[in-house]
Parts: sequence; structure tokens; C-alpha cells
Amino acid sequence: MTHPDPKAPAPITDPRDRAPGRVVLDAAGIERATTRIAHEILERDPDADDLVLVAIVRGGEPVAKLVGAKLAELCGHPVPTGALDITLYRDDLRTISPHPIVHSTELPFDVEGRVLVLVDDVLYTGRTVRAALGAIMDYGRPRAIQLAVLVDRGHRELPIRADYVGKNVPTAQRENVTVFLREEDGEDSIQIDEMEPEEP
Amino acid sequence: MSFRRKHLLGLEGLSREEILEVLDTARSFRQVLDRPIKRVPSLQGATAVNLFFEPSTRTRVSFELAEKRLSADLVNFSSVGSSVSKGETLRDTVRNIEAMRVELVVIRHSASGAPHFLARHIDGHVVNAGDGAHEHPTQALLDLYTIREEMAQLAGLKVAIVGDIAHSRVARSNLWGLKAVGAEVTLCGPTTLMPVEIERIGARVCHRLEEGLEGADIVMVLRLQLERMQGGFVPSLREYAATWGITRSRLALCAPDVRILHPGPINRGVEIANDLADGPESLILDQVTNGVAVRMAVLYLIRSGTADGGVAIEASGEGQSA
Repeated sequence: MTHPDPKAPAPITDPRDRAPGRVVLDAAGIERATTRIAHEILERDPDADDLVLVAIVRGGEPVAKLVGAKLAELCGHPVPTGALDITLYRDDLRTISPHPIVHSTELPFDVEGRVLVLVDDVLYTGRTVRAALGAIMDYGRPRAIQLAVLVDRGHRELPIRADYVGKNVPTAQRENVTVFLREEDGEDSIQIDEMEPEEP
Repeated sequence: MSFRRKHLLGLEGLSREEILEVLDTARSFRQVLDRPIKRVPSLQGATAVNLFFEPSTRTRVSFELAEKRLSADLVNFSSVGSSVSKGETLRDTVRNIEAMRVELVVIRHSASGAPHFLARHIDGHVVNAGDGAHEHPTQALLDLYTIREEMAQLAGLKVAIVGDIAHSRVARSNLWGLKAVGAEVTLCGPTTLMPVEIERIGARVCHRLEEGLEGADIVMVLRLQLERMQGGFVPSLREYAATWGITRSRLALCAPDVRILHPGPINRGVEIANDLADGPESLILDQVTNGVAVRMAVLYLIRSGTADGGVAIEASGEGQSA
């Protein structure tokens, strides 16, 4: 999933059609990162009784699946997982046109009193996470909300930080970070490439 | 992303993709209505005015709820006891409201084309909540949504619309919408209440109820609009009910999984029998719930729309570009 510069119009080409960029995390690296994230989550919450994972649609879903599988192995029971679409909570709905497509939210559990770990693929400006926090609060009052991301690419525009990070990847704003995960794309890797410069 | 319209003035000219996009978006908003906090901040900071020049409770309340659930601010305007009764023109009424920085106008008016007129003269977004006998697009969209949720698909469905077609903007909008998504429409009613040559729009017309109901997957029952009929269109309510009322025995002619829709309010025992209105085939209450979700979707989508297609009346009937 691409996370281009929010100030620039989105590139029209599918990133998977472009020549491959610089790989910053390969399949083995992603495997190690998600395992480590799962361990770190359990370090903070060893009982994992109230633990739930909430993937931010759509980039966070395959990551949550990987982390959830590792967590289940480590603590011996499945961890409830949900998916949250934040489109309706975005702070730029007034300015972007047309509106982005709204997907579904499925939270098959009560968030009240839970330790809720938000999961996304890339942390960039932090606005998506802010929207997710607003959305979660409308469902109830978790005991704690934590954030797990596969990649932190810097350039935060809000005071938001991740609790668990797969890899820190310093990037320039004109760069794109694309996460390819086997489920959807047939391979696991995280790549950086440069966006086409915009027409003046 | 097909729906880029700035206004929703009618379903005539909307493509199948545009309509399906509204229905898909409505699904997400329908989920919001089941949450403990039934609200999303998507239209925060926007102001809507519900401009109702004709009496309405259900449609106005439905729009009001939709606006509130989107976190928009709203004002209600009804023409009774207002500046309109002091002789103010429609255009001036709206320009005054627009000067108060209202960006969304939902209008119901007895004159066909009033929403189109508005859209040409104000900067804001216009949603048609019913204009004369012309169109009532959000009603048709919520009907389509209700049907699709129940029947899983719309293409190829046989839909019978029964009753006072001549005075019905609901029938017209549904006709446009159902055709666009590939359903087969039969319009069924007495000759006195059937517009001349309406079959040219693409529906089958019949004047015998039994013929119209045969094999129907969906029966849309229209209200006998007593308040509109001054000219002896039917001999009496009893005779209308006897010839055209949907009863259980008549429903047996339809497909085995037939469902019933009605835009409301129901004249029980006239156009529809009591047991059917409350029975398992009835989707009438679902229509009401879904109406709020569909109206949320419409307001959400047009708010960022820019395409002006459909505003010029002389362009209607031709394909309108998105």
C-alpha cells in the first residue's frame, strides 16, 4: 500500500507496475520484525487476557494477520482481531475531492476495558492514527490503546508515536514507501521509490 | 470512484456505477446506525438547510437524522408562516439562506424543477427531496438499497409498481433507478392513474393487477394520494381497495420469495391489506431505517462533488456525464 506525500495528488500508476525500488525490508526481515513486535506486545502485557488487535483498513490488515498469528503461537490462544475503516474520520474530508471510498469496519468484540493495539503498515504524518483514535473512542473506552507499525518513515505532523515499530526508515517526502505482502502481492518486501515529479 | 455530482436532482441519467456507489457507501453508514455512538464527524462544520415547501414529517426527519449523524449543523425551514407566505420568491428565500453560509440545501417543493432552478442560482449543493410529480431520488435509492440487501442482486429482478403512478414521483425515480441497474419494471394501475405513453421510458404497463403481479420478485405499493386527487380518478376508496388492494391471495401470484415495499405513509386496508403491511414479506420498516443511511451516503458524496451535470433542464433525457 502506498503512502505518498499527503500534500501532492496521488500518483495514478499502480506502484506494482513500476520498476522495483530500493528494498528496505525483505521477506526474512518482515518475518523477524513481526515476530519481534509480537514478543514486545506480550512483554508489556504478559497475560494477554484483554488484548485485542485492530487493523487499520486496508494497509494494516495483512500486518495484523501476521502479528496475530505470532501472538497466538506465543501465548497459546487466539487474539481477537478486528478491522477499522477510518475514512469517515479523516481530517481532510473538506478539502479532498472526490471523497475516498468508504470500506467496512468489523469489530467483533466490545472495546470497553481492553488493551487495544492498533496495527498499520506505515506510520507517516500520524493523521491516520489520529482518525483511528477518534473512531475507537466512538465505540467505547479501552483500558489502553497502543500502536504497532511495520515501518515508521518519519515526517510526523501530529504528536503521535508508535509503541512497536518493525523498522525505522528515514525517507524524503517525495519518496513512496510501498509494502508488498504475500497475501495480496505474492511476495513480502518493503520498497522505497521516488514519485514522478509533478507537472508545475 | 464514479459519483462526482455536486447535486442529486433525480435518478434520470445516473449510471449504474453511480447508483451502486451510493448503495455501497450507504452500507458503511448503515453500520454506523448500529453502534452505541451513532455519529461520524464526516460533515463536521457543514451546515444544511431542510427547505420543505410541502408538508412532510418522515422525509424531513430522515434527512435531519442523516445530517446530525454526520455531525453537520442543520436548520429546518417550512413554508407555513414564513417569509414565503409574505410573498418572497423561492430564489430570494434561498439567497438569504445562502448568505448565512449554508452549503447543503435539501428541498421539497410542489413545482417540478424547483431543485434544478435552485442549483442554477446558488453556490451550494442541492438534494431533491421531492419536486412535484417529477422525482424523489433519495426514496428510490433507499428502495434500491433495501431490495439489494434483501435479494443480494438487482439485475434481472421483476419489480411491479402498483397504484397511482400518475401522481407519483417515487414511481418515476424508481423507474429510472431500476432500469439503470438492470431490473425489469412493470407499472400497474387504473388507466385514470397511469401517465400516457409512460411505457416509452422503458416499463411494461398493465391495467390488471393480477397480470402485473404474476411472477414479481418485488411489489412496490404506492399510496393513494387522496390529498392530490380532485378529479374523480377512482369511484371510491372501497372500489379501489377491492380492485387494486394487495392482499395475501393476490400476493400468491408473485414469486415465492416476494417482498413488499411501500414509501409510506400507509393507507391500511386501501392499497395494502393489514396483515401484509406487518407480515414477514414486508420491508417497509427496513426502508425507513435504511433511508437514514442512504441519505447520509448522498450528503457525504455530493459534499465533495463538482460535476454540475443535470442542472440545465434542457439537457435532461440525454446521458449526463459524471
